Amino acid sequence: MKIIAVCGMGIGTSVLLKMNAEKVLTQLGIDATVEATDMKTARESRTAQVILTTPDLAPLLVGLPSEIITIDHFFDLEEITKKLSASLL
Amino acid sequence: MSFPKLAEAFGENSIRVLAAALDREHAIELAGDLLVASGRVTPDYTTAMVEVLDTHGPYFVIAPGIALAHAKPSESVLATGLSLVTLAEPIVFGNEANDPVKLVFGLCAVDHDSHIQMLGELSTLLSNNESVNILLNAVDTEQIRSLF
Repeated sequence: MKIIAVCGMGIGTSVLLKMNAEKVLTQLGIDATVEATDMKTARESRTAQVILTTPDLAPLLVGLPSEIITIDHFFDLEEITKKLSASLL
Repeated sequence: MSFPKLAEAFGENSIRVLAAALDREHAIELAGDLLVASGRVTPDYTTAMVEVLDTHGPYFVIAPGIALAHAKPSESVLATGLSLVTLAEPIVFGNEANDPVKLVFGLCAVDHDSHIQMLGELSTLLSNNESVNILLNAVDTEQIRSLF
């Protein structure tokens, strides 16, 4: 499964999101790759099953064939776990 | 715990405590000024950081009270680095879940991947409530540096 973590620039916010999502996916035993990417690349992407991003950026990604999951608190592994398991398990 | 990559990323003069910010743009400029002061970017980068807010909104407020302001790798970036300004009075950025902001980190990177380990250390630091409390309550920069 391919997941993309999306932020405006693809170097800061999305990288932090990717790291913590990977921790959670390992704990959940879900086999997935997570790529950090910027908004522009994400909009051109059609291959990700899930997009992880922030509530502010989510409206800009509507219309892509991926499920969008928004994360409020990037360091709250419980929030990430809850949202990823609701969607993927 | 020690964070060698963070110690390296926060150059001399890259941390300021209890600064007064007028608004969110000013708060970002303060973080950018520290990246300039520590020799990691030229002033153009600070302008680009504020433009990110205009273009994409306050999405980079990534946890309660914590913003990670940054722009793209560009020729304004001289070396990868971090800065931190703690605000005397919290500022509303317009991020519903995580407002108001008290800690503004500035991030600059020369490319898309050479700073990944450093962000890993930052993530570990900010996942620890005790460390975040030290950052929030610091009255001098040494208290912050002691965390690295």
